[in-house]
Amino acid sequence: MDEIAKEAAGLLPLPPATFHILLALADEDRHGYAIIQEVAARTGGELTLSAGTLYRSIQRMLEQGLLVETRDRPAPEDDDERRRYYRITALGTAVAKAEARRLTQLVKMARAAGFAPGKA
Amino acid sequence: MKLYDWLLRVYPASFRNEYGGEMRPLFGRRLQGAKGAAVVGLWLSTVAEVFVNAAAVHFDLFKQDASYTVRGLRRSPAFAITAILILTLGIGATTAAFSVTDFVLIRPLPFREPDRLVMLLETTPGYVGMELSAPNYRDWKGAATSFESLSIYTTSAATMTGGTEPRRLNGATSSAELLVTLGVAPTIGRSFTADDEREGAARVVLLSYRLWQTEFGGDADIVGRTLVFDDAPVTVVGVMPREFHFPRSDVLFWRPARFTARDYQESERTNNRFYGIGRLKPGVTVERAQTEMSLIAAQSERQHPRENKDTGAFVYPLRDEVSQRSRLLLLALTGAAGCVLLIACANLANLLLARALGRRRELAVRTAIGAGRERLVRQLMTESLLLAVVGGALGIAVAVAAVPLLAQLVPADLPISATPTVDLRVLAVAAALSVATGIVFGMAPVLRAGGSPDLDGLREGARAGGGRKESLRSTLVVIEIAASVALLVSTGLLIRALLTVQEVDPGFRPDGVLMLQTELPLPAYRRVVTREAFYTRVIGEATALPGVTSAAFISFMPMSSFRGGMWPVSVKGDSDEASGIRSANNVAAIRYVTPGFFRTLGIPLKRGRDIGPGDSRDRPFAAVVSESFVNRYFPGQDPIGRHFTFAYAEREIVGVAANVKFRGLERTSEPQVYLSSQQVGDGEITFYVPKSLGIRTSGDPAALAPAVRDIIRRADPRLPITDVQTLPDLVERETASRSVQVRVLAAFAAVAFVLAAVGIHGLLSFTVSQRTTEIGVRIALGAQRRDILSMVLLRGVMLSLAGVVPGVLLAYAAGRSMEALLAGVHPADALTLTSAVGLSVLMTIVGTVAPTLRALRVDPIAALRTE
Repeated sequence: MDEIAKEAAGLLPLPPATFHILLALADEDRHGYAIIQEVAARTGGELTLSAGTLYRSIQRMLEQGLLVETRDRPAPEDDDERRRYYRITALGTAVAKAEARRLTQLVKMARAAGFAPGKA
Repeated sequence: MKLYDWLLRVYPASFRNEYGGEMRPLFGRRLQGAKGAAVVGLWLSTVAEVFVNAAAVHFDLFKQDASYTVRGLRRSPAFAITAILILTLGIGATTAAFSVTDFVLIRPLPFREPDRLVMLLETTPGYVGMELSAPNYRDWKGAATSFESLSIYTTSAATMTGGTEPRRLNGATSSAELLVTLGVAPTIGRSFTADDEREGAARVVLLSYRLWQTEFGGDADIVGRTLVFDDAPVTVVGVMPREFHFPRSDVLFWRPARFTARDYQESERTNNRFYGIGRLKPGVTVERAQTEMSLIAAQSERQHPRENKDTGAFVYPLRDEVSQRSRLLLLALTGAAGCVLLIACANLANLLLARALGRRRELAVRTAIGAGRERLVRQLMTESLLLAVVGGALGIAVAVAAVPLLAQLVPADLPISATPTVDLRVLAVAAALSVATGIVFGMAPVLRAGGSPDLDGLREGARAGGGRKESLRSTLVVIEIAASVALLVSTGLLIRALLTVQEVDPGFRPDGVLMLQTELPLPAYRRVVTREAFYTRVIGEATALPGVTSAAFISFMPMSSFRGGMWPVSVKGDSDEASGIRSANNVAAIRYVTPGFFRTLGIPLKRGRDIGPGDSRDRPFAAVVSESFVNRYFPGQDPIGRHFTFAYAEREIVGVAANVKFRGLERTSEPQVYLSSQQVGDGEITFYVPKSLGIRTSGDPAALAPAVRDIIRRADPRLPITDVQTLPDLVERETASRSVQVRVLAAFAAVAFVLAAVGIHGLLSFTVSQRTTEIGVRIALGAQRRDILSMVLLRGVMLSLAGVVPGVLLAYAAGRSMEALLAGVHPADALTLTSAVGLSVLMTIVGTVAPTLRALRVDPIAALRTE
């Protein structure tokens, strides 16, 4: 187990908001509003993060090293001066994967117990 | 949006500055998207969301700061330990002292609406607060309209037999209404009823919770059980609640007083036996009740001019039963604790100031790399709060441990439990104290450190610490010295008072005397011959024990539980000749003795002879009187052979004994009259039948106890034996409360002294280390070490003088206010003042020596190189 994996394991389980933010940043860097929209889109409108929850999570994730603020900006016409963009780090990716594995295990167990659809 | 901005303020400023700008448009967009009722919903959920998230952000910051603090404190453990220790001592001492004060003086008495409870007593010439007589009680109660209910009680004792060994129990006898007046009902069983008071009613008793638990193991079927009290059966009708203590904490049972026609005879009007306690009607003030009772007493005096001569009524709140001395003592204790707290706070402030000064560079660097002022303030506050919480928790632990030790300061004669408890209110005060200490002293350095963008810190190098901060710290040290001088002087005064009281001559030689108390219950010992046979047998066998030189019985030993017994004296031709009416000026204490009493207690016989075996019923009634008696009634005359009337008979003075301090070392004792145990009628004046045995031995008196117990048990196995103790112990108990006071105050003074010494040493060390360069320069320029020594020492002496002057003034004020505790020692006692001042100056000089020596070792080259 390398350093990153160890550190990632130490952060589990993730709060749901943190996991969603990591997922939203998986394919591209996004600013706050875009993260909220992405999360809403992925969950089919089920989860709309509030501004407070979003930035509190972001602050903590920055400290934990799951995210960085990025200086690369998109094309000027799409940009807004006030906006900051966030990018997932290697640690962030590792943590998201580890969390996904953990959840998969849980689902497997739930299936075995007959609590979830699918093969036992 | 304004509301949203306002909501954002709930977040820490650092978070708001960082993300507020982005959160506003996010919320704005959502608000635009919402219509109608959804707007309200959005606002409600946003308010909730903001509080939840803000709390989480605050908590994150706190965790950060706390771990930063813990790391910082680990780096300077000396600072952390000193600060926590100071807080522990300060908060511990204050909490413990306040717990006891609160318990005795502040907490409401454990009765229903205790503010309406008042004591009712008589005033007679020379006595404010004489017990009520039964006829006066009956008449006054009938006339009074101020009270919802009025009852009487008196303490009594009984010997309970039937168990393994007879037990002497303290109890109370009261009118049936007492529990109604107090508003207390038994835990199990029933209260007294009016029927229980009637002549010939079945004898009943209510047990205290403690007696029920200790003697009967909390037996649930106790009600209805028959016990044997003083050889007579009594039926248990109930058990009182655990927290019910009345009138004293050592009372174990309550019996109804039973009145017969005889109790209301005119002659009973001067038999003052009962304490009155009343519950005022709602809205009636103590003053109004006093006015009414005074009028009633005046009327009663007109109706009974002989018996009620100069008799008035005295009404005061039950709360005031705490004696003036106990009150003063507890206030002194609180004052002492306040001094300790003051010193602790000054020390802590000094410590934090010095630390903040030492961290100026660190803070400046953090500011330079972008930490906002708010973050720094928060960080420093977290640090001091953390220290305060740890110190406060330890302090509370110290207090909880110390309170039982202070329990000896709780007077036994109060209707409250003898052991104080630390209650929630006191804990809340202590916790508030810790937090306030943390905030105030956390703020002080912050305001100085963070007052302006402190970039000077980066440039200033090692020469931190300007003149203003220096003077603030000096002021704090001066406060410490003043407070510790005040405490030292107060303690010194109480020590002097203790010594003064210990030097008082009790009038007898206690060394080598064992005493014990028994009962000679009626009717078995009603007759004089029966008692004399018992005395002869016990004294004969006791004197046969090896080492015993003499033994004798007396009604009550000096300084034992009963110290009164004042009877009127009539001397023919005396200006106050009273023919049975008592006044302040014509009473003497009555005591019956067996032959050899004076020899046994070592009371010098000044003239004449002792009571002898020949002073029997058929001989003239003999009396030995005290010198004070002679000075009062036969000044300048030969008293031997003179006659006076006392206790229903004419007496002839056969001897004069030295004065004995019957009432205790610190009180004036009335003249004493000793009568022969044989010269009394059968069944008369039985309260004063000699029951206290004294035995003088050349060996260890305590070692005699088992043999003497055996002797009494052989003489009559039914007799309870109580109060077995040596007279030196008895006399020592007189000063025991003083010793406790002195020890407690001395402990506070020692803590204060050590704290102040630490503070002074710390300040001077710091000053010297700040001046290392200056001293180096001076030495390099040719200054003599002697000059530098005197420079540093002078500063120490100046500081101590600046503290001593207000300290002495404070001490004098404190001494004046507790003069009643000082047993005549003057509040400005020269020896005490000099010693305290000397000690403080010495402490300062000692505190100065180490830093001074360090200053002298300064190597000029090294000092300059640090620049």
